[in-house]
Amino acid sequence: MDFLFETFGLAESAKLLSLSPPGWGGNLLRGLANSLQIAFGAFGFGLLIGLFGAYGKLYGGVVLRDLLAVYTTVIRAVPELVLILILYYVGTDLINQVAQAMGYGRVEISGVVAGIWVLGVVQGAYATEVLRGAIQAIPSGQIEAARAYGMPPFLLMRRVTIPAMMSFATPGLANLWLIATKDTALLAIVGFSELTLETRQAAASTRAYFTFFLAAGALYLLVTLFSGVVFGRIEKWARRGQPSLRGGSR
Amino acid sequence: MTTLRALMQPHRIVMLLLLVAVVIWCAVTLRWDWIPEYAPLALEGLWRTIWIMVVTCILGFALAVPLGLAQAVGPWYLAAPARAFCTIIRGTPLLLQIWLLYYGLGSLFPQIPWIRGSELWPYLRQAWPYAVLALTLSYAGYEGEVMRGAFSSVNKGQLEAANAFGMPRLTMFRRIWLPQAIRNVLPTLGGETILQLKATPLVATITVVELYAVSSRVRSDTFIVYEPLILLAVFYMIIAGIIALAFKRLEDRVPG
Repeated sequence: MDFLFETFGLAESAKLLSLSPPGWGGNLLRGLANSLQIAFGAFGFGLLIGLFGAYGKLYGGVVLRDLLAVYTTVIRAVPELVLILILYYVGTDLINQVAQAMGYGRVEISGVVAGIWVLGVVQGAYATEVLRGAIQAIPSGQIEAARAYGMPPFLLMRRVTIPAMMSFATPGLANLWLIATKDTALLAIVGFSELTLETRQAAASTRAYFTFFLAAGALYLLVTLFSGVVFGRIEKWARRGQPSLRGGSR
Repeated sequence: MTTLRALMQPHRIVMLLLLVAVVIWCAVTLRWDWIPEYAPLALEGLWRTIWIMVVTCILGFALAVPLGLAQAVGPWYLAAPARAFCTIIRGTPLLLQIWLLYYGLGSLFPQIPWIRGSELWPYLRQAWPYAVLALTLSYAGYEGEVMRGAFSSVNKGQLEAANAFGMPRLTMFRRIWLPQAIRNVLPTLGGETILQLKATPLVATITVVELYAVSSRVRSDTFIVYEPLILLAVFYMIIAGIIALAFKRLEDRVPG
């Protein structure tokens, strides 16, 4: 292994990327773990918002529907970076005002929670649209049949709507997950030490920009490709029992 | 005017009145005294945002056409690199790509004597060429994937008919294949162009002074947090609305 590195002139890079302290590999992996944690949280939070948003858009009253339309339009028209800053300041201000009203001092907000809140609100707008489309794609007879039998709304959602929409929603949700992992990089700008910021710090202190940025790119790419495989599996599972789109195979 | 009638429902009138009230409240109670001082800078930044977006969209699309073509019908030695390029661009964050180009190439170029001596050097020392390059490559990567689908979705019978009439291949591409491919993906292209607009603030991190950078400067100079950000969001919404309208006009004009 060492011989290979020597011949390709990569010994320097291997030393910089090693996991033990003189190398920066450990920092990069810690950054990746932070990124993934936030991506998971934001994706889950976004799904929750999206589910209720889609229900509101489909079955809500006129006012709720208009408000949700404003939410999705505004979030999708303003750059994520600007939204992140606005939501970050609004979130910290609100929590501090509540804390002061209740008699506590200033509260330090952890980067992970702030990141999940900020990216979750952004993801929620996109998830609302994806899930709304998926619910609309369910043959309406299925939901009507459940209603006709007097199934309570939450049971209907759990037993009929969510399983039936999964196959329509998975491609869109896979896309959203990839956006979530890539959007975590934007948190570098509010100073949260996820993968991109860790990489930049490592690169700036060693002057080996190409080594570190390419290594981080490889890490992101690994996550993307791995997610592609996982979502392929999920889609196959969600489409079980449905006729194949390709035709030919029976 | 159906749109006006749609607006004139009671709950929408109440919401509009509330919106007007919020706008008036913002105008009266928030601080806007910094605007005259920073207006020239903001206009400059607005202009820079727009030209970066337009230039990178045009260049990126010009790159995306061969990328899409290579993936759709090209031989494997062209299709494989094109697919790898699209996967890499789409699989890594744009911010990382911008920083790789700016800090990576930016630290490499000064070490190479003939680049330092060349006439391009004064430009390569600035930040905007790297911003334009990164955004162009990013747009090309996303659009290459879109164009791949577009090229393979064009009806094969039409291409065969053109072939049968002995139309030269380049004319066939220019007259039949490309126009239909673009027409099929116009709505997608509109969405992607708005995404490109939303990507432009990232170049502020490599010291290009565009609209977002101006608002950051106001924030750090005057410690006013919300007002510049709200105004910035409104500006981006207006530009996004204009792009959406322009693409809608274009879609209506293209014979379907």
